[in-house]
Amino acid sequence: MLDKNQIAKRIAKELKDGYYVNLGIGIPTLVANYIPEGVDVVLQSENGLLGMGPFPFEGEEDADLINAGKQTITTLPGSAFFDSCTSFAMIRGEHVDLTVLGAMEVSDKGDISNWKIPGKMVKGMGGAMDLVASAKNIIVAMQHVNREGQSKLLSECTLPITGLNCVKKVVTELGFFEITEEGFLLIERAPGVTVEEIRSKTEGRLVASDDAPEMVL
Amino acid sequence: MNKVVENAEIAIQDITSGSVLMLGGFGLCGIPENCINAIVKKGINNLVCISNNAGVDDFGIGLMLQKNQVKKMISSYVGENSIFEQQMLSGELEVELIPQGTLATRCWMGGAGIPAFYTPAGVGTEVAINKEHRDFHNKKYIMEEWLKSDFSIIKAWKGDTHGNLIFKDTARNFNPMMAMAGKTTIVEVEILLPAGELDPNHIHTPGIFVNRIFQGTNYEKRIEQRTTKKR
Repeated sequence: MLDKNQIAKRIAKELKDGYYVNLGIGIPTLVANYIPEGVDVVLQSENGLLGMGPFPFEGEEDADLINAGKQTITTLPGSAFFDSCTSFAMIRGEHVDLTVLGAMEVSDKGDISNWKIPGKMVKGMGGAMDLVASAKNIIVAMQHVNREGQSKLLSECTLPITGLNCVKKVVTELGFFEITEEGFLLIERAPGVTVEEIRSKTEGRLVASDDAPEMVL
Repeated sequence: MNKVVENAEIAIQDITSGSVLMLGGFGLCGIPENCINAIVKKGINNLVCISNNAGVDDFGIGLMLQKNQVKKMISSYVGENSIFEQQMLSGELEVELIPQGTLATRCWMGGAGIPAFYTPAGVGTEVAINKEHRDFHNKKYIMEEWLKSDFSIIKAWKGDTHGNLIFKDTARNFNPMMAMAGKTTIVEVEILLPAGELDPNHIHTPGIFVNRIFQGTNYEKRIEQRTTKKR
């Protein structure tokens, strides 16, 4: 089974040299810690920054310099600031190469729900609907099952939809999946996880061969 | 062409109850602190506030919510505010949530004289209910209309007496588009300079969009998530 950092580490292996990448809040943010050596990517923060750097040293925080999660950050050589309209032109105009975001549910058709739990949590969609509607390549980082042990990889999302038919890949604590016409295609098992366990915890259509390889981190 | 007014109280003096306001900022970054304090002090209510977020309980738009001054919020994300949540769940506060890029573009369109655009954001979701759908190049889009305000309330870093503005870092965010979309646009700045002191090459918002500008004071610039690394 993968922990949050290992999920981030696996996703980081999907980054390619020259990519502009938007990382969502939560596990996706951790991907920045595992960018492979020799791979040069630029992180886009949708509140108006290309070239997001690490957290500042204590005492050097600047209230004017935050990321989309409202955390204090820094710039890097080559960074650029811009307004929100320009930021979403980058996103909607498909200039961003890869989007990594969290999800509450994903369907075997690539639908995603991540913005609202009716009656419980209504925080808003922020930039998520714009991102999923236009991104060329979306990887979702999520937990495979909820606290009650129920699958979050479903045949149909039960929560309000953020976007339809948009997720390309999913990484959970149990494995790495691609969304195909036939549903969730198991590409790699997490270390120590059996195909049987993945089958039992996936409600949506799953294509998993018994000799699916184990993930190498 | 001198647009300078003395302070926040004078800048906002003709905002009345029931006005539609746009307030710049992302989270607590780049919010018009002085004007918000003046609006709270003035005590007007039934306001419609268009702003990406709704502040936190005791800062930013949260201060206006505390005083029940807001009738309706139009935002993309309102997650950090428990007073907001209470008022929304009790039905006291009307809330319209819209995708962030759609919000930004609708403000820009209001200022640019473009009544509507088509976006893929929200297709297949509750955002698309009752909106015109149209296919372009085999992809579905929904139509979204412009947004305009009675008063746009903007925070910039530097400004001059003509109302030309320069923003700092990610405090720019929604401020430039909202500055364009106001019938009256009010700007507070950290540094107010005579015309000619700002390099015209560096202006983010040209003064034509600005009606009033004043030198702000006592900026708290609160940080929502203070994240650091050890030396």
